Amino acid sequence: MLNEEQLDRTIGVVLRVGVMTAASVVLGGGVWYLARFGMEIPDYRAFHGEPQDLRSVAGVWKGVMAIQPRSVIQLGLLLLVATPIARVGLSVFAFAAQRDRTYVAITLIVLAVLVGSLTGLVSPPR
Amino acid sequence: MNSLEFSLVISTIGAAAGFLGSLTGLGGGVVITPVLTLLFGVDIRYAIGATLVSIIATSSGAASAFVKEGFSNIRLGMFLEIATTLGAITGAFLAAKIPTSAIAVIFGLVLVYSTFLSTRPKPEVHESASADPLAERLKLNSSYPTPHGWQPYRVEHVKTGFGAMLGAGALSGLLGIGSGALKVLAMDHAMRIPFKVSTSTSNFMIGVTAAASAGVYLNRGYIDPVLAMPVMLGVSAGALLGARHLRGADPRVLRIVFGVVVGVLGLEMIYSGLSGKI
Repeated sequence: MLNEEQLDRTIGVVLRVGVMTAASVVLGGGVWYLARFGMEIPDYRAFHGEPQDLRSVAGVWKGVMAIQPRSVIQLGLLLLVATPIARVGLSVFAFAAQRDRTYVAITLIVLAVLVGSLTGLVSPPR
Repeated sequence: MNSLEFSLVISTIGAAAGFLGSLTGLGGGVVITPVLTLLFGVDIRYAIGATLVSIIATSSGAASAFVKEGFSNIRLGMFLEIATTLGAITGAFLAAKIPTSAIAVIFGLVLVYSTFLSTRPKPEVHESASADPLAERLKLNSSYPTPHGWQPYRVEHVKTGFGAMLGAGALSGLLGIGSGALKVLAMDHAMRIPFKVSTSTSNFMIGVTAAASAGVYLNRGYIDPVLAMPVMLGVSAGALLGARHLRGADPRVLRIVFGVVVGVLGLEMIYSGLSGKI
């Protein structure tokens, strides 16, 4: 078991590595996309909503396997969203190490809300 | 403008916004949505989705530094995150029900109000702290570093603060902003926490709050990767630079200039919403 200071440091490292990794994947996917489709004219004036493949973790992963640059950018954005969630997850261990049951419970509630929202459990049916 | 040019322009604007936002404490994301909608005609839902992810990047980057300095109250942040994440999901739900023109008007009002808040003086120490038994039980009372050593403080009106955070979270989820100004207001005014603790704890919470609504936005197809890419990369690069310059610069003049920009964008959003342009 890690002590408190080591956990704090671990959380800091996770935040930094998470953001850097996410930004690198987004940049890589972005350069790739622009190299292929950079001359197309973008149109964001009318809202159509993104295709299903870009709306869920499973869909994005399928797109990455099919080597779609837009899916690679979206994967980077998913990694970014996952970063604060990982921090909350680590905080559960931090409070457990301090034998602080109240805050283990509080942190687990926050974690449940976050995981629920990302997997689409909390989102309304379309 | 083709995709390549559009991405370059947007990332440059994002970098400028991130730089000024981190220097002035107003946050960079807050100007991106109005700029995208008013200047580039982007649908407000796409603009909100793109801004939301950039907020996660800047907040997570900044949080790692703040926690180390000892200003953040981790327990308080975690406890209030229950309120902000639930609020954020509610706000993100509402975003699909409310007409975009109403979202524009609310956005404008929040911008104008944030500008007003940033011009007020900030008292560092609050007097006559009476203890809230709930704060005692939740171990929210703590201390923070000052030039004269560690200064203890007490947290008051925990329930009021928790309720205000539900509102701040809902606005964050509805508008895709960090709503840092409102979080600070709740902690500073209602819970009577020292200003530096409020700002750094708020920063600590913003990424988690935004992640909660990001899940809903992603599911709804509001997050377009090609639009979010230059916004996120630009804003986080700018914010990183801003944080490096924070020590040397005197942000007073900058804060006024940026505050005026934010205020004008806010009025423009209200006008566009009321006249049905958004």
